[in-house]
Amino acid sequence: MRQRSLIAITAALAAGALTLTACGSRDDDGGSDSGSGNKTVVIGVDAPLTGDLSALGLGIKNSVDLAAKTANKEKTVEGITFKVEALDDQAQPSSGQQNAVKFVADKDVVGVVGPLNSSVAESMQKVFDDAKLVEISPANTGPTLTQGTDWQTKKVRTYKSYFRTATTDAIQGPFAAQYVYNDAKKKKVYVIDDKKTYGAGLAATFTSEFKKLGGKVVGTQHIDPETKDFSAVVTQVKSSGADVVYYGGEYPQAGPLSKQIKAAGVKIPLVGGDGIYSADFIKLAGAGGKGDLATSVGAPVEELPSAKEFVANYKAAGYKEAFEAYGGYSYDSGWAIIEAVKKVVEDNDGKLPDDARAKITEAVQNVSFDGVTGKVSFDEYGDTTNKQLTVYSVEGGTWKAIKSGTYTG
Amino acid sequence: MNELPQQLVNGLLLGSMYGLVAIGYTMVYGIVQLINFAHGEIFMIGGFGALTVYLYVLPDGTTMWIALPLMLLGAVITATTVAVGAERFAYRPLRTAPRLAPLITAIGLSLALQQAVWAWYPDAKQSINFPEIEGGPFKIGDVTIQTGDVFLLIAAPISMAILAFFVMKTRTGRGMQATAQDPDTAKLMGINTDRIIVVAFALGAVFAAVGAVAYGLKYGQVQFRMGFILGLKAFTAAVLGGIGNIYGAMIGGLVLGLAETLATAYIADVPGMEQLGGQSWANVWAFVLLILVLLFRPQGLLGERVADRA
Repeated sequence: MRQRSLIAITAALAAGALTLTACGSRDDDGGSDSGSGNKTVVIGVDAPLTGDLSALGLGIKNSVDLAAKTANKEKTVEGITFKVEALDDQAQPSSGQQNAVKFVADKDVVGVVGPLNSSVAESMQKVFDDAKLVEISPANTGPTLTQGTDWQTKKVRTYKSYFRTATTDAIQGPFAAQYVYNDAKKKKVYVIDDKKTYGAGLAATFTSEFKKLGGKVVGTQHIDPETKDFSAVVTQVKSSGADVVYYGGEYPQAGPLSKQIKAAGVKIPLVGGDGIYSADFIKLAGAGGKGDLATSVGAPVEELPSAKEFVANYKAAGYKEAFEAYGGYSYDSGWAIIEAVKKVVEDNDGKLPDDARAKITEAVQNVSFDGVTGKVSFDEYGDTTNKQLTVYSVEGGTWKAIKSGTYTG
Repeated sequence: MNELPQQLVNGLLLGSMYGLVAIGYTMVYGIVQLINFAHGEIFMIGGFGALTVYLYVLPDGTTMWIALPLMLLGAVITATTVAVGAERFAYRPLRTAPRLAPLITAIGLSLALQQAVWAWYPDAKQSINFPEIEGGPFKIGDVTIQTGDVFLLIAAPISMAILAFFVMKTRTGRGMQATAQDPDTAKLMGINTDRIIVVAFALGAVFAAVGAVAYGLKYGQVQFRMGFILGLKAFTAAVLGGIGNIYGAMIGGLVLGLAETLATAYIADVPGMEQLGGQSWANVWAFVLLILVLLFRPQGLLGERVADRA
C-alpha cells in the first residue's frame, strides 16, 4: 500500500514538473534555410516576461517583434529574414546572465534588445562584449553601465558592445528635481529607494539636484522590494512633514507605497522615474494615486508624429499587451540592429560576413535614422544622443504628459 | 506628531498576521514533528480562494458586508482542502520515513503550489488587486487605523480565543494534546491519531486562510509568491515563541512584527547605525533577535514549560 502511493505521488509530481517545463519551452523551427539565398537571423530579446515587471517586459518583446515583422514585410534587408527570440530574465541578474550565454551560443543571433533592469544589464554586459555581440537596452538608465563606476568624475566606456536608447538617470533624476522644485513648488521631500542599481542611483541624482536648488530632504528610507508592508515607513513620512515623496524604484513597490501613504491620510504626491511609469502603477496605487508624478525618457510616444505609425501598426498587429513605457525605445533598438545588419550586408555584396557580430556592433555605433522616439544615434559611450524627458501625472486613471524638455545643468 | 504609538500599532498588526500563519506551523509540528514548509502556500491559496469567490462567484458590485463572509468561507474551504489533500497524499505516505523525506516533500509541494497558481490562475503572473472595504481610516488620538486593518484587529484575537477553547475544552482538542504528548500511547487509548493529524492540518489552514484575507484587505493585492516570505516569517515566529506551543506562535508573531517595525523606524537614529537602519534591514534585525532568543532560551519564548501541548 505504502509503496503504491509513493509511486503514485512520484508519478504525479513528475507529470506536474513536465507540464511546467513545457510551459517554458519553445518550438525551435531551425534558423537558416540558405538554399534559397534567404538567410534567417535572430534578434534576441531579454526582458522580464513573467513576474511583477512583466507588463513592461512584454511591451518590449512585442515592440521588437513588430520591428522585425516590419523589416521582413518591407524587405528592408535584401536576402535576410529577421526572427525574434525572447528569453525571460524574471528581472533577476542571474537569469539575465544565463540568457546572455544562450544568445551568444546561438550563432544565428546577430543582436540582442534588452534588458529592462540596470542590475540585470550589469550581469550581461561582459558576456556579450566577449562575444562582440551587440546589446541595445531600451530601458536601462543607470549611468555606470556606459560611463563606468566613476562617471561623475571621469567617464570611461567599459563595454564597446553595449548601447541604449533610453537616456540616463544622471539626467532623469535632476530633471525630476527641477520639475518638483520649480514647477510643482514642493520644498520638503522624503526620499525612498529600493537599494537596487536603478532605484538607488535615481534617488541619489534626484537628491543632489533637489538640495542644490534649495529644497530640503526631511527623511530617507530604503525599502525591501520583497515586502508589501510599508506601514513603518509610511508613519515616518507622515511625521516628517514632507510635502512630496520621491521614490527610486519600480511600480510593483511604488504602487502599494503610494496607496499606503494616501491611506494613512498623507495627501502628498509620490514622484518616481520611468520605473513607475506603467499602467500597472495606476492599478496598484488605486484612487489615491491621482496626482502622482513620473518622469520618463523621451517625448510621449503617442504625441510624436514619428510615432503615430508605430502606434497604429502596434494596434493592427493585435498584441495582447500594451507597449508600455519602453515600446517606442524597444522598436528603435530593434531597428538599430536591423539598420546595422543592412549596412554590413550591403558592404559585403549582399551576404552576411563570417565575422558578422563584430561588424554589426561597429555599425550600430554609427547608425543614424529617424525612429519612433526621434533621431536615433549613439554617442562615444553608447548612450543615446536623444536626451529628451517628459513629466507625466496620473489623471483620470491614465498617465498624462504635462511637461517635456531636455535637462539643462 | 509622536510616532511611537502608531509604530507600535503597525508592528502589532504585522505581528498578528505572522501569528495567524504561525499557528499552523506550530500545531502540525507539535503533533507530527513535521515542519510543513508548504504552509506559506496554503496561506497564499487561501488568498486566491477568497479572490475567486469575489471575482467569479459573486455578482459585480456586491457590497463587502455580504462579500466578506463569503470570501472568508471561500478562503477557508480552498486552504483546508489543499492542506488536507497535502496531508493525505504528500505527508501521510512518508510518516514513517526518515525526518528529512517529508521536509523535502514539503519544499517541493510549496514550489508546486506556487507554480500551479502562477500557471493556471488568470492574471496571477503579476499582483492581482484584492477588493477593498469602503470608508476612510479611523483615528484614535495620534493613531490611524485603516479600514482594511479592522478585520485583522478583530479576527486575530477571536481566532485565538476559539482555538484556545477548542484545544482545551473539546474532545478532539484533548485528543490533540494527547497525540502531541505520545502518539503511540494515544493510539492505544483509543484516539484515532490519523484523524487528529488531519484536524491539525485543517485547523492550521483555517487560520492561514483568515490571515490571507487579512493580508488581501490590508495590502489591497495578492500574488502567487506572497506565501513564501510570509511563511518563512511565520515559521520564524513559531520558533521564536517555542515551536509546538500555540500561544507561543501568536506571541512570537507579535514580537517579530514589533521588532521589524521598530527596527525600520528607529535603528537608523542610533548613532553609528545609520547604515544599518531602514526597512531594507528589518529582516536582518528580526533574525538577529531570533538568534539572540535561541542562544539564551533554545526552546523559544514559551517553549518547554508547555512544550508537549498541541
